[in-house]
Amino acid sequence: MVLRSDDVDTSVMVSSADRETAAAPGIPPPEDVAMSMQHAYLLYGKKTVLSDCSLDCKRGEVTCVIGLSGAGKSTILRLINGLRRPQGGHIYVNGSDIVGLPERDLIEVRKKMGFAFQGAALFDSLTVTENVSYPLYEHTKLSPDEIEKRVDDTLESLGLSDVADRLPAELSGGMQKRVGFARAIVNEPEIILFDEPTTGLDPIMTNVITDTIRTIQSKLHATSVVVMHDMPSVYAIADNIAMLFEGTIIASGPAKDFRRSQNPIIQQFLQGSEVGPIPL
Amino acid sequence: MIAARGRPFPLRFFEYAGGLVELLEDSLRYILTLRFRPSQVLSQAYFLIVQSLPIIVLTSGFTGLVISLETVAQAVAYGFSNLIGGSVAYGTVRELGPMLTAIVFAGRAGAAITAQLGSMVVTEQIEAYQSMGSSPTKVLVVPRLLACVIGLPMLTIFADIIAVYGGYYMAWLQVHLSSHAYWNSVQNFIGFDDFAKGLFKAAVFGLIVALVACYEGFRTQGGAEGVGRVTTQAVVTSIILIFAFNFALSFVLFR
Repeated sequence: MVLRSDDVDTSVMVSSADRETAAAPGIPPPEDVAMSMQHAYLLYGKKTVLSDCSLDCKRGEVTCVIGLSGAGKSTILRLINGLRRPQGGHIYVNGSDIVGLPERDLIEVRKKMGFAFQGAALFDSLTVTENVSYPLYEHTKLSPDEIEKRVDDTLESLGLSDVADRLPAELSGGMQKRVGFARAIVNEPEIILFDEPTTGLDPIMTNVITDTIRTIQSKLHATSVVVMHDMPSVYAIADNIAMLFEGTIIASGPAKDFRRSQNPIIQQFLQGSEVGPIPL
Repeated sequence: MIAARGRPFPLRFFEYAGGLVELLEDSLRYILTLRFRPSQVLSQAYFLIVQSLPIIVLTSGFTGLVISLETVAQAVAYGFSNLIGGSVAYGTVRELGPMLTAIVFAGRAGAAITAQLGSMVVTEQIEAYQSMGSSPTKVLVVPRLLACVIGLPMLTIFADIIAVYGGYYMAWLQVHLSSHAYWNSVQNFIGFDDFAKGLFKAAVFGLIVALVACYEGFRTQGGAEGVGRVTTQAVVTSIILIFAFNFALSFVLFR
């Protein structure tokens, strides 16, 4: 059926060496790694999106994935959430390999995750309160009063109390993103995925969003994976940074070390230079 | 589905049919285990069924008028005025009522479903449901499916009644056919059996419209152009399937 998350053309094959890597058994990550992607391959039609892509996200830390536009950063989030399935490789979430899990079991994995979409993806026929309360009505046995209190608290913590009764169309882009955050964190997930949270926002709203992510992190101590390429925001929130280039993670490590990387691709990206190994 | 276009037609046909069956199977799993919200079904029934009533009333009324218009002239010419009511009711209840109602419904409600779901795909709302561990089939398809399967027969009842009354009005207008002669003829020609089978057909057509509309909506790719393309495709496919299934059901039920 169309809603299945493996709508990719499997007829396109990767090279035999790549296939062997992708087919190799996965290695369960240590306890302090909440999400581990190992040798993931993903193709859309004949286009290779991810190739031997590996990434570890430590529990309770913020990992920022940076890279060029269209490099496949958002796809990594969709793989972690199970919205897409790789043609090869393994993705461990809280110790379990989710590649190959049936949709029914993926639902259990997703209940412990929050996903803040790039365009907020708010349900346009529901008010802000109804949007934020949706996961609670769907997956918890809380009473309506308890849900109302939880939603009010979440909206208040993100400075959204005044817009609780508005429809998404009545909100600015920045506010929509924050409502998307509220919906993603309202059930206090263990893993939060942020897809381009600051893209398309003015500098002030970018700072507001960056502060919001830091607030969420300090409150929930969740494992966060943030896809973005706004470097000041990345430095402000990241514990670790990983750079995606040509379908693979070419470097990852603590944020404080990343700036000092000698990798010419990373240096060109950080400096925003037109000259260097990155093809324009 | 991404690589579906460009494949041989038989392969695409079976892929499409398989997709519809899979969507139906998925929906039935939620329906049979009562895992849906009745309030959502009612809300969809209001939008899809109640708000379709005016256009159904208009189209069925004109259909009754035109059948009677054509029948009266022939019946009077050959001296069979007492068959006018029966011929209008026979054609309406068994064939035209369910089929024309379904076609109009596909154009109005089916297109609305596809456009709505297509827009939700484009704006990542469907992925948002999935990312939260919700099934879009349960939340979006099941309420629409139930509303269509239950609601289209109800619309067909209205359509049948209005078409037959329209036929009477036209017969009275043209040849001053008596009420007794018209309704007596109706009773002689059709029974409850015909009426029930017509409604069964309507329920099947409701299922077709809802399934095709939802399936096409979920297949949306690209932006506004993609939504327009799948909406057109949904209406065209629904109408073709309604005609095909109407023939098959008439063959089985009325033979």
